[in-house]
Amino acid sequence: MADHPLVRPLRRPAAGTRAYGLVAGMWIRSALAYRASFLMMAAGNFAATALDFVAIYLMFRHVDALGGFTLPEVALLYGTTSTSFGLTDLVLGNMDRVGRRVRDGTMDTLLVRPVPVLAHVAADRFALHRLGRLGQGLLLLVWSLSRVDVHWTPVTVLLVPLMLLSGSLIFAAVFVAGGAFQFRAGDASEVQNAFTYGGTTLLQYPPTVFAQDLVRGVTFVVPLAFVNWLPALRLLGRDDPLGLPGWADFASPAVALACCALAGLAWRAGLRGYRSTGS
Amino acid sequence: MRLYATVAVSSFRRYATYRLATVAGVFTNTVFGFIVAYTFIALWSERPHLGGYDRDQALTFVWTSQALLAAACLIGGGFQVELQERIRSGDVAVDLYRPADLQLWWLAGDLGRAAFELLGRGVAPMTVGVLAFGLALPTSPLTWAAFLLSVLLGLLVGFALRYLVALCAFWLLDGSGVNTLQGLLCMFFSGSLLPLNVFPGAFGDIARALPWAALLQVPADVLLGRHHGATGIGAALAFQAVWAVLLLAAGRALQAAATRKVVVQGG
Repeated sequence: MADHPLVRPLRRPAAGTRAYGLVAGMWIRSALAYRASFLMMAAGNFAATALDFVAIYLMFRHVDALGGFTLPEVALLYGTTSTSFGLTDLVLGNMDRVGRRVRDGTMDTLLVRPVPVLAHVAADRFALHRLGRLGQGLLLLVWSLSRVDVHWTPVTVLLVPLMLLSGSLIFAAVFVAGGAFQFRAGDASEVQNAFTYGGTTLLQYPPTVFAQDLVRGVTFVVPLAFVNWLPALRLLGRDDPLGLPGWADFASPAVALACCALAGLAWRAGLRGYRSTGS
Repeated sequence: MRLYATVAVSSFRRYATYRLATVAGVFTNTVFGFIVAYTFIALWSERPHLGGYDRDQALTFVWTSQALLAAACLIGGGFQVELQERIRSGDVAVDLYRPADLQLWWLAGDLGRAAFELLGRGVAPMTVGVLAFGLALPTSPLTWAAFLLSVLLGLLVGFALRYLVALCAFWLLDGSGVNTLQGLLCMFFSGSLLPLNVFPGAFGDIARALPWAALLQVPADVLLGRHHGATGIGAALAFQAVWAVLLLAAGRALQAAATRKVVVQGG
């Protein structure tokens, strides 16, 4: 029996999570059918980000500090953004397929199913091998935390999980906004990579390396600086290059929620504006 | 020969169709170019003349790498998934019946694609790099000609490597694992993360002798004028040519072995 239209919105989050689990579970079973390939891809996913860090390590064979930051400090930035991004990439990593679905018309199939479209699109081709990236980020985070000099108080201890979670949510908002954008410009899905992969690459390095305007841009326009830069600078006891007030270091959760709200609105607008390819 | 030229031209046009995707790709390449450029500025201001590059040469390397990224498939992409899908589904049997050579067919297609991506996705980021950072580009047309020849040889090596990987699907059916592996080796040993002449000691020597060096490091060094005189440039191009011939020959051998054992899926 159909729900009353007023009750339906309340059921959506639960239904969405359930549907996400079902679709993702199906893709996991499918991935495990080719076990050798799955293991190679998980190892590859781990190694892809590990090699990224090897390049940074090789840089530190020649210098003691990059932009005034030591290797363990850069590793902290690297580990935090990689963990946050890895988590989001695992859960929402296939949002860049929206454009393809719009183009080939298979988006219609998702619209007629009794499942929230966002949950379905997010779980589409769920790639378990992306645990590799998450694992690499976590390992590096643990290593760096054991090496950097942090004044541990209840506040700084709490700041770490808060930073990782907020960072994931900010990246999630970027992924969803990118998906919404593809309803308008399906072929341009690669633009999203500049903000997702580009964003996490940017955040691996200290903000002192980059031009002030770029740092301003990722603080006030696309607030990626709240993923790890601002909270991590607080952990390391350093000033942020823009001289923001101290509370900004703790603003990540609020920024993350605001980003998610905006991304949700963008997604709704995108979905509403969807026109099927037709024939 | 005319057949393969036609395949290359069609492939060029196939990729040229997606204009918006090209613009999006240029945007992403440019963003990455800026990010990497700033990290290199930080590195080279700490250690001027690292790896024998001055700062402007290091920046030129960054933007050359972004310009070649799509054409040479430095961080992934290429035809191999398409060919592997045809192997998995059995469609490759139809390809083998055709009066055309499988390797040359895909090579022609890949070169057509690369030609488009060099123009469509290479020129614009390079121009942005020049405007934003003032790069150390050569003025001699001969150096540019040598660079283009070096890029072409690099594309041949890149194709040959990916063709070998694609054919693995005859034995593995699902090629995503080997694709990932090749993608990683290519990303790291082409120098797209860090120029190979910054790699330390014996590890650096090995990295510079591997075929992936032919994809980016050698063309970039030719462009930067790091090889002196005709013999220097000749040696660099010969290094690429040797790898291209060896790997293309290996591809032919593997192709012969694969067609002998081909079992068409589903009967």
